[in-house]
Amino acid sequence: MSFINYSSREINCKIVYYGPGLCGKTTNLQYIYNKTNPEAKGKMISLATETERTLFFDFLPLSLGEIRGFKTRFHLYTVPGQVFYDASRKLILKGVDGVVYVGDSQLERMEANIESLENLRSNLQEQGYDLDKLPYVVQYNKRDLPNAIPMDELEAALNPTKMPSFEAVAPKGHGVFDTLKAVAKLVLTELRKGG
Amino acid sequence: MIQQLVMYEEELSQINNVCEILHRDSNARAVLVIDKNGQAFAQAGEVEQLDVTSLSSLTAGNVAATGAIASLLSEKEFAGQFHEGEKTNVHISIVGQRVIMVVLFDERSSLGLVRLRVRKATAELVNILDVLAKKSASGSQPSVFSEITDDDIDNLFND
Repeated sequence: MSFINYSSREINCKIVYYGPGLCGKTTNLQYIYNKTNPEAKGKMISLATETERTLFFDFLPLSLGEIRGFKTRFHLYTVPGQVFYDASRKLILKGVDGVVYVGDSQLERMEANIESLENLRSNLQEQGYDLDKLPYVVQYNKRDLPNAIPMDELEAALNPTKMPSFEAVAPKGHGVFDTLKAVAKLVLTELRKGG
Repeated sequence: MIQQLVMYEEELSQINNVCEILHRDSNARAVLVIDKNGQAFAQAGEVEQLDVTSLSSLTAGNVAATGAIASLLSEKEFAGQFHEGEKTNVHISIVGQRVIMVVLFDERSSLGLVRLRVRKATAELVNILDVLAKKSASGSQPSVFSEITDDDIDNLFND
């Protein structure tokens, strides 16, 4: 749920990075955090286990600049990817304005990719959202690995509705900001439609 | 499709006023009002040293998790939470099922006093939020978005 503050002239939006365990959601946020000017970002919070797996969520507040005198702030969240954290994933989707689905390009993760995408769709439905009507982009991460599946196969399996999609190598930053910009644009465009 | 929470000058000033009075009457260190998605919109007291953004996001996560526990136990909600620290204590309450009020206090106050003052502030806040919801739903205020062009959005992403 976007939050428009006419008093402080701010627009706040929530973007959630979703995907199977170890697909690189947290790595996306870490890269964005490392490459963003200090004045445009807040502290990055990671609620993780001792083995650095996301336990509840990662959170990164970002300022993207001004539109017509309104500061635009995006709150980026990741969900825990592991299957058994489903209750937590549902909570994090509450009030979402835009979704990034991060798929893992490796052949052996295809089943997990599909399961996670179905899980995203059903968890959104539970909250009254329709993935096909939300600002939504797809990122295929780990494109540099030797066992990465060709893009057309990934697209056929994970992006049947042909939403904007991006190839990525998150630790090196390839595709990370392209993905963020694409979803942020869709969110603002959607807000304008509603406004 | 996207739901919006809209805050206007007049109501924000009233909410800030409620926070100021609660801060003073409860001898609290600080008072924050945040929406259920973790965005702070009103505050009073010693907030300069606080990372309000992080605090708000984590509190909202905490309230959401507690709400999910309540639902698993067939409770409607757990309306309040209290965390006791060595120096700072935190009282968290849900107001009108819409926003979260956070009171940080130390040895200058007590849980009893905070609870008492929060109750009064909550009643006032509910009234303000009702007005805000009606105003927002009626669409009587001009929208900032009606003027925005594709170029405005594109310009935001020019490096």
